[in-house]
Formats: sequence, C-alpha cells, structure tokens
Amino acid sequence: MALAATVLLNGLTLAALYFVVASGFSLIFGLMRTVNMAHGALYLVGAYVAYAVFEPLYDRDAWYAWYLAVPVGMAAAGLAGIALQGVLLGWMQGQELRQALVTIGVSIVVADQLLAQFGGTPRQFFAPDALFGTTPLPLVGRYPTFRLVQIAVALGVGIGLWWLLARTKLGLMVRAGVDDRAMLAACGVNVPLVSLAVFGLGAALAGLGGVIGATAQPLAQGVDGRFLLTSLVVVIVGGMGSVPGTAVGAVLVGLAEQVGQALFPTYAVILTFALMVAVLAVRPQGLLGRSA
Amino acid sequence: MSARLSLLALALLVLAPALLGLVLPPNQAQFWTANILGRALVYGIVALSLTFLATYGGFVSLAQMTLAGIAGYALAILVEGAVPGIVGGLPYAAAVPAALLAATLAGLLVGAIAVRTRDIYLLMITLALAMGVARFAESNIDWFNGYEGIRNVVGPVLFGVPFRDPHLFYYVALAAAAALYAGVLYLVRTPFGLVLQGIRDNPRRVAALGYDVSLHRIAAFGVAGFIAGCGGVLTTIYNIGISPGSIGLGASVNILIISVIGGLGHPAGAFVGSLIFAVFDTFAASLYDRDRFNTLIGLVFLGIVLASPDGIVGLARRLGGLRRPSRAGEQPAPRPAETG
Repeated sequence: MALAATVLLNGLTLAALYFVVASGFSLIFGLMRTVNMAHGALYLVGAYVAYAVFEPLYDRDAWYAWYLAVPVGMAAAGLAGIALQGVLLGWMQGQELRQALVTIGVSIVVADQLLAQFGGTPRQFFAPDALFGTTPLPLVGRYPTFRLVQIAVALGVGIGLWWLLARTKLGLMVRAGVDDRAMLAACGVNVPLVSLAVFGLGAALAGLGGVIGATAQPLAQGVDGRFLLTSLVVVIVGGMGSVPGTAVGAVLVGLAEQVGQALFPTYAVILTFALMVAVLAVRPQGLLGRSA
Repeated sequence: MSARLSLLALALLVLAPALLGLVLPPNQAQFWTANILGRALVYGIVALSLTFLATYGGFVSLAQMTLAGIAGYALAILVEGAVPGIVGGLPYAAAVPAALLAATLAGLLVGAIAVRTRDIYLLMITLALAMGVARFAESNIDWFNGYEGIRNVVGPVLFGVPFRDPHLFYYVALAAAAALYAGVLYLVRTPFGLVLQGIRDNPRRVAALGYDVSLHRIAAFGVAGFIAGCGGVLTTIYNIGISPGSIGLGASVNILIISVIGGLGHPAGAFVGSLIFAVFDTFAASLYDRDRFNTLIGLVFLGIVLASPDGIVGLARRLGGLRRPSRAGEQPAPRPAETG
C-alpha cells in the first residue's frame, strides 16, 4: 500500500514537471501551429543560464541564490524564444514543416554551443533549505519536500495559464487567434506582436521547467532530447494546443512511466508509447484536442 | 535530375576508387573510398527512404533511421559471430533477409500508427516513435544488450574476400544504392506510385476516385521500411555493430539533415546530401573545431532551410532553369518542404 502510494506520488511529481515544460510547447503550438523542436534546447538555455547566475551566489551562501535562478532562467529562455520567433519563424508563418525544420536546426546549434560553453559535466541546483529535506505524509511516511514543490509549481502554472487565457485581453486574442488568425488580424490586432508574446511565454515555461527539473535531477547532455520527446508525447496524448489536455496528458505519461518503472523496469518505456499509440488509434487529435 | 545525369554520376562512382588512386596516395584513396564515399552511400540509402516518402507521398518521417536500426538489430541478434550472441547461429544468407523483413514489417507498422496524421503531426509522431525505440533498446538487456549494443557484425565473406574489404564494401554499397535508386524511380511511374503522388496532392480526390488512401500510405511506409532496412544492414556492417546511440535522436535528425540538405524533391538529393554530410563530418576539424561538428552542420542545415527549402538539388535545378529560357506551362518541381 505504501509502495503503491509512493509510486503514485512519484508519477504525479514527474507529471508536474512534464506539465510545466509541455504547457509551453502546447501554448506555442496552439496559437501558431509551430512545432517547436527547439523546446528542449530552450529548457537547456533556461537551466544553464540560471546555473551560471546561481553557482557564484550559492558559493557565497546567499540564501536567495535559487529564488533568483528561477526568474533568470525564465527570462533567458523567454528572450531566446522571442528572438527565435522574431528573427527566424515570424516571416515564414504558415509554412509549418519549414518552421519545424528551422527549430530542429536551431536546437542542434544551441545544444552544441551550450556544450562548448558549459562542458559535459552534469550540474544540479541545490534547493534552498526551506524546500529541502522531507515532509511527513500519511501512507507514504516521509516524502522529499521539493517534489511537493514541483506539484505546487505545476498547479500555479496551470491556474495562471487558465486565468491568462480565460480572463485577460491577451488570452482573448490568443483564443481568437487559435480559431482564425486572419480574422483576428482583420480586427486590428497586431498578430505578430501577440505571437511574440506567446512564444516568449511558452519559452519561459520551458526555462522554468529547466530550473525546476535541474533541481530535481542533474542537468546533462541529452536532457533536451528527453524533454522534447516528453513534450511531444504529452501533447499528442492530451490534445495539441489545449492546456487541460496537456495536464491530462502529463498525468497519464508521468504515471505510466513510474508505474512501468516499478512493475517491469526494462520494459517500462513501452508502456508510455503503448499509451500514445492507443490514443492515436482511438482519437488522433488527442484526448481533449479538437479535430483539425 | 535526368537519366543521362544519373548514369554519368553512376559511371563516376564506379570509377571513383580508380580515379582517387590516380590523384591521392594509396592510403588516402582507400580512406576516401571506404570512409567518405562508402559511408555516404550507405547513409544515403537510409536517407533515400525518407526522400522517397517526402517527395512522392509528402510524409516527412523521422523514424527512418529507427527502421534501419531495426534491420541492424535484427541482423546483429540473429547472425553468427556477433558479440554477445543473443540468438545467433544464423548465416548471413538467412539473417540479412530476416533483417529486411523485420524493417519492412516495422515500416508497415509505423505507417499504420501514423496513417491518420499528416505534415507536422506525422513528424511529431514518428519522432516520438523513433525515440521510444531507441530508449527501449537502451534500457533492455535481454534482447538489445542495453547501452553497449551488439558488436562484431562483420559481414559475410564474398568471393573469398572479407566483406569489410574497402573495395568490396564500396561496390556492394554502390550496387545496392543504384538498384534502390532505380527502383524508386521505376516505382513512382507504376500505378501505385501515381496514386501515391495523387494522395500527396489531394487525398480527398484520390479517395473519391475509389482508391484506398490508407492502404496506399501504409504500403508506401512498407517500401520505405525495406529501403531503410537495406541501409540499416549496410550501416551496421560498416560500423561493425549497432548500439542505441546509432538510432537515437541525433542519428534520426542526421538522416533528416542529409535529406533536407540534398533536397526533398528528388531521390538523388539523398545521396548528394549524404556526400556533403560525410565530407563535413570528416573535415569539420580543419574547418572550424573538431568537437563542434554539430554547430557546423546545424548552421549548414539552417542555411539550406532558410535559403533553399528544396535543398542543393532544387538549387541546382533553379540555377539550370535560369540559364535556359523558361518554357511556357512548365510546372514547378514539387516542393513538399514548403507546403503547410
């Protein structure tokens, strides 16, 4: 019973991290139909730039090192995303496959340059004392506090995105843009500017995921590919461009991964992909996606 | 690319080892034959399977290196002499057809999974499938020997010469590449190939004519699986084995890079791109920095996608068109990379 509860909690905390990263991917896809293959690279940009700020402060025992790293990582990834959309993707709007290819090229170059700058040694953030250690919980006993923080962050991101999309003028424009970009532009909205803002926000979420993820598990080569893959599977399962769908997809993928690890470790990967194939067979647009 | 140009290229490639021997010292000529031309041919075959799908079906699949890897793993698992022996014991004459069958079946399966999706959705799903297989191979010891992979797949002895002899390997690769290239050009003129191109341009209209669109799509993925499988058998022997790294994200993206640089618009692009890729990979050290090959090839790839989405072949075609006065009514070449 305790084991089952632990596996369940592990699945949910992993799902929380996946949701933070994949929601940015899904947001960008929803408005611009851009498959951002550089999403994993943006995760790396956020994590590494934040680490460059975090490390000297942590060495001087500054208590705010980690709290500063989070906004720095988000800003770095967000700015990189804005640059990507502004310089490369904006003017080829509508050529979806070409955009995907461009982001693949960017991700190769960015990941390689980060490797050149920071080397291949795995790095990890140290969570501040308040978020470190364990918390007593019923059923499972003691559970790492930071993993609970992950869930809180994901809930915050989810509620924040819901508020942004449902309650603000920007959200109104984004939702209108998802349905009909041309009509939105005809209404006098500066669609390229909205696109820049959405791309920046989606990329900042990748950066947030980068800092949170690199606190929970080391940052190393290949992590970008892992989170790109996870984002893909999450939005394929949940439905592309839908925030609730991304949450459902993240929970299913996180649980599938952890349950698979616990039951049959060397075949665990299959469970995740069986989930994806099953969803595709029944609902090609994803569980909560609208048909194109 | 006209038939005359293709034959000229073939003649050049047949004579290449001898020509290289005239201008380079023997060890360098051998290096060029095996490690640049031979390698370009075998990876070009894998890229050909992607170019075939993209050019004539409009499907940009990222699972083609995975299908090649499935053939490679099937060969390594079955064949005698591989280390560690998972099943082992089969001679190459039996293991190679089994490997090709495995890749073809896997290709049909990928086609069936992705049958209801198009364009970027297809790209995402095939990428997810590709990475799923790679991660499975990495984590599974029983069948794939995990992270280390399977070594010592050296190929059969043909005509009393070991397969890895540079000249034998080169000519077998060239024969396979030429046969598959000609096969693709033949296939797209058959009724099947014409229906496939019709599906690329307008699936609804083809369906209204009474053709089964799904079945044709799945069959196209099966054909591409067979082509990729041929490439996979040869790349596995070229690398003397196979490991998860050779079918991972980087390897899958490399095949896409090769096809896009060469041009998703004509099968010849796969080999043009593969040759450029192999040359860059070998000489990256003297161009920029030994360890920064990825930056270099990434920038080349970006430049091609931004400047000429139909690749080098498309660029050459347009430059050729500039020299000749354009004929009225001439249709532009299909450019699947630009449709959205």
